[in-house]
Amino acid sequence: MQVSVYRYDPDKDAAPYMQDFDIELPAGKDLMVLDLLALLKERDETVSYRRSCREGVCGSDGVSMNGKNGLACITPVSEVAKGGKLTIKPLPGLPVIRDLVVDMEQFYAQYRKIEPYLINNEVPPTRERLQSPAEREKLDGLYECILCACCSTACPSFWWNPDKFIGPAGLLQAYRFLADSRDTATEERLANLDDPFSVFRCRGIMNCVNVCPKGLNPTRAIGHIRNMLLKRAV
Amino acid sequence: MVTQVTSFSRNGLSDFIVQRATAYILAAYTVFLVGYLLIQGEMVYADWQMLFSHTWMQIFTMLALVSTCAHAWIGMWTIGTDYIREHYFGQSANGYRLIYQVICILTLASYLFWGVKILWGN
Repeated sequence: MQVSVYRYDPDKDAAPYMQDFDIELPAGKDLMVLDLLALLKERDETVSYRRSCREGVCGSDGVSMNGKNGLACITPVSEVAKGGKLTIKPLPGLPVIRDLVVDMEQFYAQYRKIEPYLINNEVPPTRERLQSPAEREKLDGLYECILCACCSTACPSFWWNPDKFIGPAGLLQAYRFLADSRDTATEERLANLDDPFSVFRCRGIMNCVNVCPKGLNPTRAIGHIRNMLLKRAV
Repeated sequence: MVTQVTSFSRNGLSDFIVQRATAYILAAYTVFLVGYLLIQGEMVYADWQMLFSHTWMQIFTMLALVSTCAHAWIGMWTIGTDYIREHYFGQSANGYRLIYQVICILTLASYLFWGVKILWGN
């Protein structure tokens, strides 16, 4: 298999370039892309990428594989390779630190903006803040986000205004706390989202839904936030 | 630096509502005109003049014209603040975006005044 990998070492390279490798895949096995990267690293130990849990939980190894973002550890090579070729690039739209390793600071800055924690200024109960099963169910499809950034870096609105548009990952988490029955900061949260950029840069093209490795739907969550903003305003 | 200063209402929700409301008006106007043409068949100058002589049609057309301007400005402003940025144009981005926005405003204002002249001019 021919694997083409994005290479860039700012200490040595004047510009990024693509490096091709011919990799012999073991017969009868369908490797994950992360396994393929490990084989590449055996050939050239300077190839850099992030990885940790290698089972789609930590969200470290988000990369672009033949143009589609995903987690290398849970993406079978057979699913993304076309005609025996696979191109692996870093997540688009974020500054490259080295090879497939990107600087996630802009992504985290947007995440911090939505105050991703429970806010409740009422007197705490003696044991815990209880939720009914129905209230808890509202968080399904929201809390599972692992912040891998596959969705936000697949979003053109995030590429264009990464400093102002919260992005699908951040907005999914924003709705996760807006929908939480235990959170009392709904008004403040919504007041921080009604400018022309934070939420309303979403055009609903659903790239985020297409690439989310956890099968989540940020576009739907953004629609819920819009509805909450509308109801609050009229 | 991209800011919201030149946006339609300086508020995302308000722009969102205006863009949707004007879309409904433009859709209604389009459906009406297409339906009218299909029902009437071939139309000559006198038929057009008769149609646009009604006050309700003039108001409907003005609503559609104003809607076009508001709808287009919100859309064009969004496009301009997406593409004409420092990332692509360096320090000149603000200048280029200002020129783009002025051209958009002049074009839309011209459409509006031209429409008023056609409807109520001699």
